[in-house]
Amino acid sequence: MTSTVELPVRKGESGEKAARGPRRRVPGRIRRIGLPYLLLLPALILELLVHLVPMVIGIVMSFKELTQFYIRDWGAAPWAGLDNFRMSVDFDAPVGEALLHSFLVTVGFTLASVGLCWLIGTAAAICMQDTFRGRGLLRALFLVPYALPVYAAVITWVFMFQHDNGLVNHVLHDQLGITDKPSFWLIGDNSFIALLVVSVWKGWPFAFLIVMAGLQNIPRELYEAAALDGAGMWQQIRRITLPSLGAVNQVLILVLFLWTFNDFNTPYVLFGKSAPEAADLISVHIYQASFVTWNFGTGSAMSVLLLLFLLLVTGVYLAVTSRGRRASRA
Amino acid sequence: MPSSPMAPPRSFLWTRRVFLTLLAGFVLLPVYVMISSSLKPLADVTGKFRWLPSELTFQPYIDIWSTVPLARYFVNSLIVASAAAVCSVVIAVFSAYAVSRYDFRGKRVFTVTVLSTQMFPGILFLLPLFLIYVNIGNATGIALFGSRGGLILTYLTFSLPFSIWMLIGYFDSVPRDLDEAALVDGCGPLGALFRVVVPAAIPGIVAVTVYAFMTAWGEVLFASVMTNDTTRTLAVGLQGYSTLYDVYWNQIMAASLVVSVPVVAGFLLLQRYLVAGLTAGAVK
Amino acid sequence: MRSIRAAAVGAVTMSLALAASACGGGSSTEGGSNDSPKTLTYWASNQGASVEVDKKVLQPELDKFKKQTGIEVKVEVVPWSDLLNRILTATTSGQGPDVLNIGNTWSASLQATGALLPWDAKNFEAIGGKDRFVDSALGSTGAEGKDPAAVPLYSMAYALYYNKKMFADAGIAQPPATWAEFVEDGRKLSKGGKWALGVEGANPSENIHHAVVFAKQHGGDFFTADGKPDFTNDGAVAGVKEFVDLMAKDKVIAPGNAEYAQNQSVSDFAKGKTAMLLWQSASANLKSQGMSEDSFGIAPVPVQSGTPGTGTGVNSMVMGINLAVFKNSDNLDGAKKFVKFMTSDAEQKILNTAYSSIPPVKGAQADPAFNTPANGVLKNTLATSAVAAPQVADESQFETAVGTAIKGLFADAAAGRAVTTESVKAALEKAQAQMPAA
Repeated sequence: MTSTVELPVRKGESGEKAARGPRRRVPGRIRRIGLPYLLLLPALILELLVHLVPMVIGIVMSFKELTQFYIRDWGAAPWAGLDNFRMSVDFDAPVGEALLHSFLVTVGFTLASVGLCWLIGTAAAICMQDTFRGRGLLRALFLVPYALPVYAAVITWVFMFQHDNGLVNHVLHDQLGITDKPSFWLIGDNSFIALLVVSVWKGWPFAFLIVMAGLQNIPRELYEAAALDGAGMWQQIRRITLPSLGAVNQVLILVLFLWTFNDFNTPYVLFGKSAPEAADLISVHIYQASFVTWNFGTGSAMSVLLLLFLLLVTGVYLAVTSRGRRASRA
Repeated sequence: MPSSPMAPPRSFLWTRRVFLTLLAGFVLLPVYVMISSSLKPLADVTGKFRWLPSELTFQPYIDIWSTVPLARYFVNSLIVASAAAVCSVVIAVFSAYAVSRYDFRGKRVFTVTVLSTQMFPGILFLLPLFLIYVNIGNATGIALFGSRGGLILTYLTFSLPFSIWMLIGYFDSVPRDLDEAALVDGCGPLGALFRVVVPAAIPGIVAVTVYAFMTAWGEVLFASVMTNDTTRTLAVGLQGYSTLYDVYWNQIMAASLVVSVPVVAGFLLLQRYLVAGLTAGAVK
Repeated sequence: MRSIRAAAVGAVTMSLALAASACGGGSSTEGGSNDSPKTLTYWASNQGASVEVDKKVLQPELDKFKKQTGIEVKVEVVPWSDLLNRILTATTSGQGPDVLNIGNTWSASLQATGALLPWDAKNFEAIGGKDRFVDSALGSTGAEGKDPAAVPLYSMAYALYYNKKMFADAGIAQPPATWAEFVEDGRKLSKGGKWALGVEGANPSENIHHAVVFAKQHGGDFFTADGKPDFTNDGAVAGVKEFVDLMAKDKVIAPGNAEYAQNQSVSDFAKGKTAMLLWQSASANLKSQGMSEDSFGIAPVPVQSGTPGTGTGVNSMVMGINLAVFKNSDNLDGAKKFVKFMTSDAEQKILNTAYSSIPPVKGAQADPAFNTPANGVLKNTLATSAVAAPQVADESQFETAVGTAIKGLFADAAAGRAVTTESVKAALEKAQAQMPAA
């Protein structure tokens, strides 16, 4: 996967060789140039149809005043210029302020969730490197959260987080007496914690899988050499295991970051159409700003801003991590 | 299994035991709640939480089929998710092969563009996509809207970007000598792809298929507006247990379990491939 | 090499073929016509216990309609959680049903899209005339001065449902008529793990229905006469505060209600956990949950003065479901025939009985079936003391913005934070700022 990040590094020698094969016929040159494009064609058509064209339409929408008066005939909607953007980034006015708040909540949530998913996933993978009794069973068990349909998993958590009848309050309040009165988890400030718990519960097995796979590629000799040098178990983990996971982590963290940042299903099932302020993730916020209030222009402008932000973050992230890894390899 | 040559110190063993126990508890808790709640009468699940059912009942497992047409939703989900996963992977294989094995103009643009589609909030695709589908329908008579086909098309494209990304990694890890040998033996490039590269990357392909399947299996928003009564999928259909009158928690849990068991079972059967598969993809 | 092209082409055709194999989905043309006079698609809202129950109620009636006219109606019961989104996407794409149910509070918002057939004199003529319908119901069919966007189908009103036994146990002789009495009785009822009232604190629409009425009772309105949002006037603030105070100050609502959004308050009432419930046409619901008809009583929702009426005596919104026709239906005549059928006296009687609602059609309303004490309260409320939802284009934004604000206020109250006039005003001010600049 890392090669996509450093695409130019890998030259397509084999491609040329492929076309130079024994069965080469006359217009080989055209075929040689055309073949990769032909292979990309289905993906390109679908991406254009389902992602890129709607994205362009979305960007166009962000410059229009698209309220319920115009959704029947988008062409008739008046151009709004930069008004939608101005409204979204005017952080002194309530709309901009709410967007900024939601953005910050999302950033905080994403960092916490990705961090925890990665940490738990890595720790579990390292713990399960050696064989021990019940390892297969445990590994199977750990994959269950990833295999449950999102709705089923999240609604179970809703059931557990209920104020009056939920398991969480039953344990914390009734049985352990940690809180002096039952807490609210689905509304109010605690909703952030609830969201984080559900997100980590669902997300860490993916990190676990990827890291566990990555660990299998670390050459045994490295550990042996380190052991000869007198490095203990903990030192081996720090000096060999973690650095060797660099390539895996680069992609894993990016993937987790993008998924978590734009996750809609989890908060939507957890909180419904209007999320509590403390857990007002940007995806639901934009949904509310466009679908529930029927103002698609503003919603699109917010999405475009989000796109720019994520592009920037991804670009910087890839540049920094790629350079870092190249430097450490040298 | 690569294990460290030295016997792990006690401190590590203890930490491991405690950590894995806690983690297993965390993972299992909701699963336990699902199973126990599905065996409780309605009064138990709408009243104070209790660890054990006041009486064991299998009634929820009977009722789920009549409260909502669960079987139909399950079949819909299965068709949609399987078709989306298979098509997504087939298309991703072609693309990833091109990117992995050929050098051509626009390669970087392609991969970066594909990635950038993951940065736009999915909800904003909804209306434009609708318009496009309806226009395609009007122009060609192909009904994408409200049909399983439309949903399959949407989902397969959702999982396509990461499928392509992951598969490029897997293909890169398949030694080039192998397909060159196949080419020398007289296979065309596609022959090399299907006779050499794909078999060598089977684990990765399985991993990507699972990912694509789960993406389609769990999606809620598009399914809620792009389906009708006959094409509704589980992710939306399960909401039917929360009715105007009452929330049938025990039936929700029972239905969730019933529909999850085949998926989880299939998933666990495949996990052997998954572990081997993701290795190759993530590390070249 | 030919195989490559074949394979690639194959992949493309496969994806297209997949699309072609798609099933379902209607077809419709712009502008409306009578191209397919033999079929209709109907989106029904979920009125009964569940979607499946509704199908069983509606199907025999649709069969009757087919017998009469030869038109086959394909019905889909759309859950409330999806209905507005479905209508919105249908409006955008022009691909929707021929006839559909809308919540009557959405009438003006949907009217503004121009997607619904306006019910002018001629169209009303086709279904037997406008004067067949009750005035209050017609008041919730679109903005004033415009042709209605829909026709009333079921009418509902809020009433106070109370548990007779719990009242007797607490020594309360009759249901409260003023809010002062309500709070006093409520304190007597809220003890020993039982509570006086249940609300859906986290359900924005439910909150709105109460907020509008409470504001009215304090002489406030959420919109000015010319349709501009005005959420922070004294009446509106006082009204919202009084509503939330039932939990925050008077403590007659269990704090847990702040997270209710799935009608848990109805089942709490049915289970005897709460003594009172403010709900619209709840009888059928309560009976299905095992409450016998004589175990609960129905009274008008309290008002400040004790006598419901107009102005500050208002004690319910005009609730209900309207029937609308999509302008670009390809069976306009059939759609109108279907509306006529559904609003006929006979059908009105059958359907409104099934859903324990009140027929908005005069002829059916007069039927003895709707003269029970329970229906009497609802009928009387609709006729004398119910107020229509704000008939402005921004109504659905209003529901979201203010409904969410009240959800937040309930969350504050539940967490034990103070709910003051200032905090209510601040929350409403924020809600107003989210409204489109008028």
